[in-house]
Amino acid sequence: MIGFNNISWRFVSVWRRNLIVYRKIWKVNFLVPLLEPAFYILAFGLGFQGLVEGLTYGGQPLTYTRFMAPALIGISIMYNAFFETTYNSFVRMYYQKTFDGMMTTPLSLEEIILAEIVWSATKATAAALIMTLVLGLFGFILFPQGLLIVPLAFLGGLAFGAVGMFFTGIIPSIDMFNLPIFLFITPMFLFSGTFFPVTQLPAWAQSVALIFPLYHLVELTRYCCLGLVETNPLISIGFLLGFALCFLVLGLWAMRRRLIK
Amino acid sequence: MEQGQAMATEAPIIRVDNLGKRFNGLVAVDSISFEVRTGECFGLLGPNGAGKTSAIRMLYGFSPPSSGSLRVFGLDVATDWRQIRSRIGVCQQDNTLDPDLSVFQNLLVFASYFGMPTRLAGERAEELLRFFALEKKRDAKVGELSGGLTRRLTLARALINDPELIILDEPTTGLDPQSRHLLWERLHTLRSQGKTFILTTHYMEEAAQLCDRLVIMDHGKILVEGSPTGLIETHVGRSIIEIGGADQDGLRNFLHERDVDFDEMAERLVIYSNGDTAIEQAIHEGFCSRQCTFRTATLEDVFLRLTGRELRE
Repeated sequence: MIGFNNISWRFVSVWRRNLIVYRKIWKVNFLVPLLEPAFYILAFGLGFQGLVEGLTYGGQPLTYTRFMAPALIGISIMYNAFFETTYNSFVRMYYQKTFDGMMTTPLSLEEIILAEIVWSATKATAAALIMTLVLGLFGFILFPQGLLIVPLAFLGGLAFGAVGMFFTGIIPSIDMFNLPIFLFITPMFLFSGTFFPVTQLPAWAQSVALIFPLYHLVELTRYCCLGLVETNPLISIGFLLGFALCFLVLGLWAMRRRLIK
Repeated sequence: MEQGQAMATEAPIIRVDNLGKRFNGLVAVDSISFEVRTGECFGLLGPNGAGKTSAIRMLYGFSPPSSGSLRVFGLDVATDWRQIRSRIGVCQQDNTLDPDLSVFQNLLVFASYFGMPTRLAGERAEELLRFFALEKKRDAKVGELSGGLTRRLTLARALINDPELIILDEPTTGLDPQSRHLLWERLHTLRSQGKTFILTTHYMEEAAQLCDRLVIMDHGKILVEGSPTGLIETHVGRSIIEIGGADQDGLRNFLHERDVDFDEMAERLVIYSNGDTAIEQAIHEGFCSRQCTFRTATLEDVFLRLTGRELRE
């Protein structure tokens, strides 16, 4: 049983603990989102430009790099949040026993887990903001609406952080994270309208893509960056909210089952 | 001692009634009951797997009891766990220090989990660093600390909220004698400040040193309860003779005749002579041709007598 009545603002102290650790190596933490988009844009811009003439998305003709650039932000949100609540949270939980120590204080398990998920969303937001600014310099993002990426990244971060936490709650050992990454993250990375529009896919695959949270997240990043969409943004926001809530509950349940003995 | 007796009239700080814990059908704690009074040091002793840690974890609301009741400060652990935890300090058996933070940050961040104001936390952390002689390690990484320093920091961290009750789960396991004695000294100082302790250990010397009262547990049950000296007197008497070597039939007969208690080991007899000088004299003269040790009885003798001498794991 999950105790929702066990959740209070105290969770912020755990969030702040992660922030303190993050700030220790902030230069490294900032470097990846700073350089990653530049690498991709160079590779795809220079390398692909000659191969791909351009494409149509949301009824508009786009160059390939323009189409792909917003997806990079969505992917980065997914990776940042998911890796934080899988590998990093697992290390804190299992190897460092950080949660055990916290549970001798007035913190509840629910607060600790919630803080981890909110932290993963925060980290994803920081990365997304940096990427947005870099891509903005390349001219791939319309401002000021591009700044809507910030709340969007937080929502997307919650969704992927929560699902990561659910896997952390049920996975027997840290090596087994390969499985959800291979079966869940990688297909999403490839088939969520990230590198080509899902309209290129057969009809059945298009409907499968609709249940990918990354599809909706990328749709929304494109909406923020270009003002173009295929799916109604309200549906995408609703989907991400529902997904985040659902896995928040499942994540709390799985961690409670795992840690409270 | 006087202090302990003066406070005995107060309501107990911990009251455990028929507390039980089962894990998947396995009984870890089997209906135990005890009370801890304000200002005393109470010990939970027992071999590995006796249920000590399971009992301790229920005390601070880490694991929910399967049966029985548990009150700390007169509050119910099931509902008032947050309030209870804000008034206790727990030193867990595993190292749960935060390796991503420095020594000083470990104290500060831990204080924030209690909702302590930053300034107070800073002052308290400085004070604890001094108390445990950790000032020089202030900015060290936790992973670089030796076993003794790690334990000292763990105990310092458990004291950050100035707890009334301190729970110590095997506080000195794996420490060298110097570190152990330093820790004992600090615990004595804290005792004199009126703190209450509950500790688990399988070092009998430690229990005899620190505890006013203790229980010996085995297989999830409490076998006996009492003060260290009381338990020694009741269960093994004041003195012990250990005799090794072969040809002990004569000795056995002698002991049976005189109605003296003894245990048989593979190569030795452990005789509970209970300070009876006449018996001791007779044994010394009649049977001590070779390996013969006369010594005072200890808590370890009680422990081994009650929990048996065979290996547990």
